[in-house]
Amino acid sequence: MRPWIVPVIAALLLAALPAVLTPYTQDLVVKIAIYAVFALSLELLVGAAGLVSLGHAAFLGIGAYVTVMATGDGGAASALWLLPAAMGAAALYAIFVGALSLRTKGVYFIMVTLAFAQMAYFVFHDTKLGGGSDGIFLYSKPVIQFGKTVLLDLDRKADLYYTVLAALVGTYALLALINRSRFGHALAGIRVNEQRMRAAGFATYGYKLAAFVIAGALAGLAGFLLAVKDGAVNPELLSWHESGAVLLMIILGGIGSLRGAVIGAVAFTLLKELYQSEALLGPLAAHWQLTLGLTIIAFVALLPKGLIGLKARLSGGAHA
Amino acid sequence: MRDPKTDATEPLLRSNLLTRRFGGLTAVNGVTLGFHVGEVHAVIGTNGAGKSTLINMLSGEMPATSGSIHFDGHDITDWPQPQRARAGLGRSYQRTTIFPEFSVLENCRLCAQAALPRAWAVWESAQHCEASLATAREALERAGLSDDAQRSAGTLSHGGKRQLEIAMCLATKPRVLLLDEPLAGMGAEETERMLALLGALKQNHAVLLVEHDMDAVFRIADRITVMVNGEVIASDAPAAIRANRDVQTAYLGEGH
Repeated sequence: MRPWIVPVIAALLLAALPAVLTPYTQDLVVKIAIYAVFALSLELLVGAAGLVSLGHAAFLGIGAYVTVMATGDGGAASALWLLPAAMGAAALYAIFVGALSLRTKGVYFIMVTLAFAQMAYFVFHDTKLGGGSDGIFLYSKPVIQFGKTVLLDLDRKADLYYTVLAALVGTYALLALINRSRFGHALAGIRVNEQRMRAAGFATYGYKLAAFVIAGALAGLAGFLLAVKDGAVNPELLSWHESGAVLLMIILGGIGSLRGAVIGAVAFTLLKELYQSEALLGPLAAHWQLTLGLTIIAFVALLPKGLIGLKARLSGGAHA
Repeated sequence: MRDPKTDATEPLLRSNLLTRRFGGLTAVNGVTLGFHVGEVHAVIGTNGAGKSTLINMLSGEMPATSGSIHFDGHDITDWPQPQRARAGLGRSYQRTTIFPEFSVLENCRLCAQAALPRAWAVWESAQHCEASLATAREALERAGLSDDAQRSAGTLSHGGKRQLEIAMCLATKPRVLLLDEPLAGMGAEETERMLALLGALKQNHAVLLVEHDMDAVFRIADRITVMVNGEVIASDAPAAIRANRDVQTAYLGEGH
């Protein structure tokens, strides 16, 4: 079976879904799809290149903040320049962070990426720049408009849904292309043995920096979509909780697989939604971090290769 | 036509008073050596004599404390390792450093890819990159691994992994081979095959061979350099080394 068949069927199903969805569920699907884009962007770093970053939310947050701040009070901005601006700003910060953090390795890399993310967090949290700790609202959602013809208005639920779906499909397709390309194979080699790659003639720093910047830009895309969906941003978007959550998503789904990243985003968001639901869990909902944490520990203990490893495990068990 | 013999007098790779200190320890001290195409140049010495440090400095993995390195008319002392590798300095490792989860062919193809342009063309599939595939197949052919091309590299025997290590080095199309104990842990048959390969490779490569198997060294080497405590105590043809009294007392032992 060709590897793209399952993703293509999934995308077609998602495209048909709004016909049968309630507004709440459609909103949830949009949220999950945005987090799937975010998780995919980190998968390029962790899964493909073996770079474990604990500061990936900085790029999500910068993309989101730029979307809101560049819109300003002058009415709806054109998505044609707002989206590139959001992704570009995230990419710029990724160049800066990557250029410095990629000189370190392993646990030092984790700490340095975390430190740069905290730095960005406190810039938005402690200064008036983005409304301080309360954040700011996005009053006018981006549009694409030629003359009087409005091609896209992200204030409309359907437009937002299909834009998010297109972003997810585009991100997935881009990463699938990267993974099969020479660039992707070089990243895989760097993940397994960077020293050997240098001995073969690869200037590995440039490859890692390129991956870091692409991942940052894609996280900026997720940030753009999140800001548009929520109509507001606040500093928590850049917090290390968010960086940790996206790392948990790809661990939950299975590191080293694009599908795993998407499945992880679905599972994590649904679990969080479930444990936060007072209607279902009553007073326990207030302690969702505890229940979510315990569930993730159980998942990781039982499925060390993530949910994507479940299939192999089940079919393997059937043979035994 | 120039006489290849006169060309051979100019070494392709040369170290000049190369020195490396680690704190108070001088691992390599003022080593001046030349490596010629057409020669297997063995560097021998006890553990800690500085052989691996020498290879690490020549390949660019470790900066020299002082001294210089010259390759094909360039002073490459300050070149980073990837640049040296692309210019034609290939190395193998004492500890096997293959990519175990990739196929044998992909191990070589990946190494062959390093020198290719347009690494950023993400729409092109690596597995259909004919240029690197052709180089990889050729390297596997030379190393005698063609039949194992599709196997996962981690499943090869120890000897097979050592052969792959050499094949990966060849896939980068080097002009100098810096080989750190390629025969370590090999059986008799595998050693024979490796020696035959080295004999063939020296025709158009300069080969630096660090090796503990003395029988193999004296059979294959055209020149032997003996290092003791980071210094070169002798560098000569095998017969002269065997007869050298300093070498006998310092390294080969009184029995020789």
